[in-house]
Amino acid sequence: MTKVYDMGEVSVHALRGVDLELFGGEMMVLLGPSGSGKSTLLNILGGLDRASGGTVLYRDLDITAAGDKQLTQYRRSHVGFVFQFYNLIPSLTALENVAAVTEIADKPMRPEEALELVGLGDRMHHFPSQLSGGQQQRIAIARAIAKRPSVLLCDEPTGALDSETGIVVLEAIDRVNRELGAATALITHNADIAGMADRVVHMSNGHVSAVEINKTRRNPRDLHW
Amino acid sequence: MRALDIKLFRDLWRMRGQVIAISLVLAAGIATYVMAASTLDSLQRTQTMLYAEYRFPELFSGLKRAPASVLARVAAIPGVVEVESRVIAQASMYLDGFDQPVSGQIVSLPKLAPQFNQLRVRAGRLPGAGRDNEAAVSDGFAGAHKLQPGFAMEATINGRKRKLTVTGIVSTPEFIYQLAPGSIVPDFKSYCVLWMNRDALEGAYNMTGAFNEVVASLDRDARVEDAVQQLDAILKPYGGLGAYGRKDQVSHRYLSEEFKQLTMMSTMFPAIFLSVAAFLLNVVIGRLLATQRGQIAILKAFGYTTASLAIHFVKLTMVIVVIGVALGIAGGRWLGGGLSALYMDVYKFPYLHYEVRAEIVLASIAFGVIAGTTGTLFAVFRAAAESPAVAMQPAPPASYRVSLFERFGPGRWLSQPTRMIFRNIERRPVKSLLSIAGVAMSTSILILGGFWGDAVDYMVFAQLRRAQIEDISVTFFGPVSRRALYSLTSLPGVSYAEPVRSVPARLRYEHRTYRAAIQGIEPSGVLRRLLDTNLDPVELPAEGIVLTDHLATMLGVRSGDVMTVELLDGSREIREIPVTGLVSEFIGVTAYMRRDSLNRFLREGDSATGAYLAADPASVDHLYTLLKKIPAVAGTGTRARALASFYETLAAQMLTFAFFNTLLASTIAIGVVYNTVRVALSERSRELASLRVLGYTRGEVTYILLGELAVLIFAAIPIGLVFGRALAGIMASTAQTELFRVPIIVEPPTYAFAALAIVVATLLSALSVGRKIRHLDLVEVLKARE
Repeated sequence: MTKVYDMGEVSVHALRGVDLELFGGEMMVLLGPSGSGKSTLLNILGGLDRASGGTVLYRDLDITAAGDKQLTQYRRSHVGFVFQFYNLIPSLTALENVAAVTEIADKPMRPEEALELVGLGDRMHHFPSQLSGGQQQRIAIARAIAKRPSVLLCDEPTGALDSETGIVVLEAIDRVNRELGAATALITHNADIAGMADRVVHMSNGHVSAVEINKTRRNPRDLHW
Repeated sequence: MRALDIKLFRDLWRMRGQVIAISLVLAAGIATYVMAASTLDSLQRTQTMLYAEYRFPELFSGLKRAPASVLARVAAIPGVVEVESRVIAQASMYLDGFDQPVSGQIVSLPKLAPQFNQLRVRAGRLPGAGRDNEAAVSDGFAGAHKLQPGFAMEATINGRKRKLTVTGIVSTPEFIYQLAPGSIVPDFKSYCVLWMNRDALEGAYNMTGAFNEVVASLDRDARVEDAVQQLDAILKPYGGLGAYGRKDQVSHRYLSEEFKQLTMMSTMFPAIFLSVAAFLLNVVIGRLLATQRGQIAILKAFGYTTASLAIHFVKLTMVIVVIGVALGIAGGRWLGGGLSALYMDVYKFPYLHYEVRAEIVLASIAFGVIAGTTGTLFAVFRAAAESPAVAMQPAPPASYRVSLFERFGPGRWLSQPTRMIFRNIERRPVKSLLSIAGVAMSTSILILGGFWGDAVDYMVFAQLRRAQIEDISVTFFGPVSRRALYSLTSLPGVSYAEPVRSVPARLRYEHRTYRAAIQGIEPSGVLRRLLDTNLDPVELPAEGIVLTDHLATMLGVRSGDVMTVELLDGSREIREIPVTGLVSEFIGVTAYMRRDSLNRFLREGDSATGAYLAADPASVDHLYTLLKKIPAVAGTGTRARALASFYETLAAQMLTFAFFNTLLASTIAIGVVYNTVRVALSERSRELASLRVLGYTRGEVTYILLGELAVLIFAAIPIGLVFGRALAGIMASTAQTELFRVPIIVEPPTYAFAALAIVVATLLSALSVGRKIRHLDLVEVLKARE
């Protein structure tokens, strides 16, 4: 699959031909310097952006051929997103931020359940402004997984956090991956995080430059950076 | 170009929709000001010039008849500089091809040019020396009938018919407003002023060696009241009809009233419009500063000073101000030209130099700058003064709480998007209230536009369909006995006649006086009735005098007080009479008595000076011809013509202004609503994009944004309607003149129009925003920090 951004006179080749599979229940870490194309890949996987060439299949659905309605439906039913800057809705409480997603999903878990899964059962009625960065990110994770997504996409989820808080967040991701079995793709430029993956995909310059398979997944608690 | 200036233009270009909307609102305010102020200024300057150039007198008095020798005594009054006597004759005219009655007055022209009220000859020439059958005619009448010099017409002067040749068309400051006695608006088709040689008129009117009007100029230091008193004393034996100064001269008085209204227009409307513009600028600049918090911090980190950044944002405001002021001055000039032309149709100025003077342009610029800066300066300085380190931090998530609506209302069962709508509104109550205030203001301004139309219709309905419902009104040359009525009733087509006795008087209470007519009408009249505020007929009390409420206010008199009446019919008798009631009338200023009571008051028998006739509509035209032949009949009028002339003149002015006003108010409404929507969108786009990423459809996201807007708009509309009604009340009381009182009437269609206009503006804005929501960049939002 390729992605070319047409910027008037210059064309930027963000993805120069990526061939990749993501399996159910797998934890994949996408590792690479900025500009390597990992965010572009994630956005295309999540149905936020379209590939310029090639095909992206989610089960039998050809995402590359889907229209806006189908993409919205795809995101709504199957994809959970976690962003670097949380992107919570400031006017909704923790519980309501999760409920904002469960209300439109097919077979969601209860919002309380999702919050307990990320260890925030006691902060349900707090507004984002009353929570720390790590807590906000865990709400974002709860929001992403409450719909029981089959794909969980995390874009630098620890990028805005210190290492201690980051580890708590990664634990939450690790836990939901194990318990819900969602295919998880996590972007980072922090090589230390790679240890928690089943598979580490190295990207550079729009290519997959190397793929490592970890024999054992490390517990995020044992990671350091 | 400096980098900061490039940024300025990029920012302006990005916000062009809002820039245009705010500029238009500002332009609307400036345009109203320029339109009204320049028209007022041009009219007043022209008036002053005309008065000086054509020598408009300062003292006036009519009288029955005085020998020429009396004039010397008038000239001797201290303070009087120059005097001139005149002969004024009432006449009725006949014009071939115009069936309806034409009444008029004929003014004498001295052998040499008149000292006062000199004539400007617009076509042809003045009557030649010694030519008894030549006359000059007023421009209004000539224009209405498209008369050219050389035209022949017939006039009945003092009961005798006379053929006259029109030699010229003239105008004079004395008749800028040309009003037939007893009417409220000019009717150029059926009222005319003629000028004839004095000798000829003296002969025709039994005034040889005598005069029946005197005019004079006064010393700069002379008091008009003193001169009036002395002139009254001199003329009393000659049937003086009461002297008066300029302020009571009909044409001058009506002009002054009109100027009062223009003054109000040039202050109130611009004030409202400009405050809306200031409010909008504040919102938009405030929002812009919030989005540029990071940029400001970086620029300061580079070493830009607080002052240079403040200037940068002030410049941005000034660009909007400059566009708004320029458009406003150009638009105001255009509208002012139109408004002046309209005034020229009604007010017969010989010429009018319409001009927007430098003072008005400078004032407009000042208003624009003040509106622009008060709206933004505070926000600009606060943002520019923020420390770079603080400003570069991402703004913390905004604090929210559970809305009251949810806690106590049905909100507990609302969906998340709906909750977001209510929390957003409640979280920033000031901003929400300001948005509501802005939209409510636009709604209320829209109501003002329609209100004038409603008021005019109501005035016409009250006066000409409820109070005065005769088909023809007849005026006699003087009091006639009631028997004369029988000859009217016997005319074919007349089904009913109702007599009226009218007498001019000076009404006095304490030190306040007012010249008005006392109308003696039938107690249980059907053609002429007095109405209460519900427009139901009121029974006249058997004794005493009834005043219109406006007259009572001017005199400071209340029901039960005893008032002094000085009769101005030549008898000059002074009597006391109790005020036994008040009625409301929208048009004119009149005092009423029962006719029998007035007859007794005047110590006369059963007499009348006019009559109201009910007639078969088909026979009205024929009736004119018959009425013209009755020698005692001085004039006739019809309700249809009265209606027509009302709509053509007063109403035309008010409605034209109302149209301009609606145009400007709609501009404001669109500007306010569009801005409210755009600001909401730019504040929320990140949040909305996040929701789209989470799987919300465009429809759902649009609902969150526009739902908030809808709540605000629907809260604002009823407030705006109430506010508009209140504003109409303020307008009405400011617009209250002797000419008419504007009733505070706002009809349902006006409310509906205002509400609908806001809804349409909202829908249009929603459409434009809907397009933007479709193109929300979902990828961008994830990268960028708040």
